[in-house]
Amino acid sequence: MKSAMKRFLRRGIVIPVVLLVIIILLLKFTYDAVDDVETFYALTGWLLEATLQSATPLILAALGGMFSEKSGVVNIGLEGMMLIGAFAAVAATYFFYDPWIGLLAAVLAGGILAVVHAIICVKMKGNHIVSGTGIILFAAGFTTLMLEVIWNRKGISEQVTALPNVNMPFLQDIPIIGVAFDNLSPIVYFAFVLVIVSWYVMYRTPFGLRLRAAGEDPSTLDAAGVSVEKYRFIGVVISGLLAGLGGAYLSLGRGLPAFGKQMTAGRGFIALAALIFGNWTPFGVLAAGLFFGFLDTLQHFVGFVPAWQWIQGYSQFLQMIPFVLVVLALAGIRKSVPPKAIAVPYEKEVKA
Amino acid sequence: MEHDIKYAVELIGINKTFPGGVQANRDVTLKIREGEVHGLLGENGAGKSTIMNILYGFLSKDSGRIIIRGEEVEPKSPQDAIDRGVGMVHQHFKLIPPLTVTENVILGLEPSSKKPDRNNSLAVITATLLALFVLSFFLPPFEFLITAALLLAAIVLILYPPRVFENLMASTRFRAAFEKLVSDVRPLGFDDAAKKIQQIANENGLAVDPYAKVENLSVGLQQRVEVIKTLYREADILILDEPTSVLTPQEVDELFVTLEAFKKSGKTIILITHKLREPMALCDRISVLRDGVLVGTVKKDETSAEELAQMMVGRPVVFTVEKPPATPGSIILNVENLKVKDHRGLPKVRGVSFQVRAGEILGIAGVEGNGQTELVEALVGLRKPSDGTILVGDIHTTGKSPRFVREAGVSHIPEDRHRRGLILPFTIEENLTLGRHYRPPFISRPGILDLDKFRSVSSKLVNDYSIKGGGGGSLTSTLSGGNQQKLVVARELESGPKLLVAAQPTRGLDVGATEFIHKTLISMRNQGVAILLVSAELDEIRTLADHIIVMFDGRIVGEKRPEETDAQELGLLMAGHLEGEESVEVVN
Repeated sequence: MKSAMKRFLRRGIVIPVVLLVIIILLLKFTYDAVDDVETFYALTGWLLEATLQSATPLILAALGGMFSEKSGVVNIGLEGMMLIGAFAAVAATYFFYDPWIGLLAAVLAGGILAVVHAIICVKMKGNHIVSGTGIILFAAGFTTLMLEVIWNRKGISEQVTALPNVNMPFLQDIPIIGVAFDNLSPIVYFAFVLVIVSWYVMYRTPFGLRLRAAGEDPSTLDAAGVSVEKYRFIGVVISGLLAGLGGAYLSLGRGLPAFGKQMTAGRGFIALAALIFGNWTPFGVLAAGLFFGFLDTLQHFVGFVPAWQWIQGYSQFLQMIPFVLVVLALAGIRKSVPPKAIAVPYEKEVKA
Repeated sequence: MEHDIKYAVELIGINKTFPGGVQANRDVTLKIREGEVHGLLGENGAGKSTIMNILYGFLSKDSGRIIIRGEEVEPKSPQDAIDRGVGMVHQHFKLIPPLTVTENVILGLEPSSKKPDRNNSLAVITATLLALFVLSFFLPPFEFLITAALLLAAIVLILYPPRVFENLMASTRFRAAFEKLVSDVRPLGFDDAAKKIQQIANENGLAVDPYAKVENLSVGLQQRVEVIKTLYREADILILDEPTSVLTPQEVDELFVTLEAFKKSGKTIILITHKLREPMALCDRISVLRDGVLVGTVKKDETSAEELAQMMVGRPVVFTVEKPPATPGSIILNVENLKVKDHRGLPKVRGVSFQVRAGEILGIAGVEGNGQTELVEALVGLRKPSDGTILVGDIHTTGKSPRFVREAGVSHIPEDRHRRGLILPFTIEENLTLGRHYRPPFISRPGILDLDKFRSVSSKLVNDYSIKGGGGGSLTSTLSGGNQQKLVVARELESGPKLLVAAQPTRGLDVGATEFIHKTLISMRNQGVAILLVSAELDEIRTLADHIIVMFDGRIVGEKRPEETDAQELGLLMAGHLEGEESVEVVN
């Protein structure tokens, strides 16, 4: 345990420190630019709130991806599972008039799509990438079709009841925090809860140990008398449940409570990027998700400071940064170690 | 008489055909007595590992019966075998390198934590409180209290050890169901497990740090972890698959001491091997398999190494190789003060100088890991030396690319044929032409491969080197280890080298293939090729080499002629006893 800690300090400390310095500089420049405490507090509070909001779907989907990939199954279908989650949340809320039922439906819908992925990848030993692509395409087509069938609309569904937000009036007087945490969706908090729970499950329970073993070396797990298929299957299904929850947040948790065609807009892929950048660990995923959420928010943030509005012309450049970072991470700037048996179907009866 | 003997394991009429069509076991009947050490001998591909993997439940059988201690079993997964006390140490270790020793040992049989762990409690309580806090905004007070109470109760039941709530749940059936439900998410008892592993380690003289990561352990220690794994599961029928193939001589001795102790404590041991010496040293009875068929079972006292060898290969084996005296020619390889670092930047070769002449074999002896690997890699261009020069003939090859070195007339039989010697998913033809594919005769017009030439050349080589197991078009992965090695040898010799660097050329090979390769090396020498032979097998060096140098810790610590020395002297040199020190003692 101690040596692991030391290594973490040596390797893991650099990026957080650099980020912290960048954020402090940014805040200082903001303060210089607006030159007014009240506006500064409001702006920073908004930045924090919007970061949490942007990060939540990424964290949830990336956590899901972690359960799948740690067990050895690549899940690029996260995008599709999020999309179907977003859709199911709105549809169920529309029919049952209760956003909590919508939330449940989203989780289940993501899970069902994941079961399909698991059957193809784990039971039938299909190619993970092909299956994942199929899931994305299916989700895109299915949700667009159902948009027409249910609401007879092309771009965006009817509005439904939104999930109520968590109001904390007692925080209102505290600068920054008051603005940031005044009106957040409960799903934001659930994301943090799930990060902690995932850490416990992944590193402290037999389930986590077996799941990790399935992704590192399935034949070893098999030799220990444990079914590889069972744990990979469960891992993939958990990934669908979490991605579905992330999708529900997109449609019910923030902004207009409605489903828009292709509303995930590539967040499933950014979640995969966060998963890699976070080195397939729960807290790494949390940090990477927050960072990518922060970058996402930054492009809107610069619009609020008159002196910086010119940057908005380059917002596409800001959007690109997460992917550049992932390429750098994979190129070895930061050591990313994927599970060793990832994307390799486990065939039991092959001669050693 | 027969009725008095208790059998630990009876395998009756086992048949097994792999999906690819290879029949690995044909009607094999094996009976292992309680408390004996049973050797399972055979060439590579004879089906030894297969039948043991069937017993272990790792592979399925097509037909036949398995009886463990009189109880007929149909193992569906290794769990069925583990439950009946069967443990197996696989040839390629079933260990997960990034995990700790403890995690590896307990995998599949994880103990629950006996006392609550601070980190676990902290994490779960934080998460629960946060969740309850958020829920409190949405649920009416009464429902909230119920939810909170249920959630907290569930978490306490999961997090805290059974002892705490034993009295709460009197009904054992309910408790069993609950246990089954939550056993997967109960906190692991790492510390208790580590303590138990430490205890097992101490009792059996298998010292290992339970908290070390497996990837940081030496191969010998990794094998200990594998043995501890079976002991942790309280196995009393132990299967060891080629346990010595990766060990240094000292580690082999230690393993044998451990196995002797196991035998004394009444365990039944099945030792799979293709080396004749081992079953003769350790086993009570020996069964020999050939081509998937049981040739026979013999008592150690009633047999000899020669008889076993004949049973293995099906004909008498000549142990000595005909070797006419060497006629050394000009210097082909001249190495001056060569220094090489390994991939972590640590010096592995610390300044060696030697020459190899045409028509002679220079053998480099030494315990593995003393710089031989890095030396060979530097010689063939796979690793840049940090200092020194390498001359092949009069061509300077220091730090040049592998292709340049090849063009200079160097061939290389790599120590790991899977990693460096062959591309397993390629066909035999393709592997036989690799490295020469880019020039005539394999290129007919610029940029276009002449596949007919591939075919004709490879069918000639397959014949000349009697590579068995398929035509030129079949996949290399379907060949047995011995035939794969023959393929490498055929390719490397066919280019007509001036210098052949052969690293562990007979590793993992059976008697027949070894004999073939030895004969080939000698005949190349007689044709005037300079050969550098690196081997961990002292016997091999002594029979083949005309000169022997011994490497220890990256330096040459001795230079001998085989007729002037013996195994004991070489062994001392390999262990790092310098000649200088010895002579000083003699003077005193």
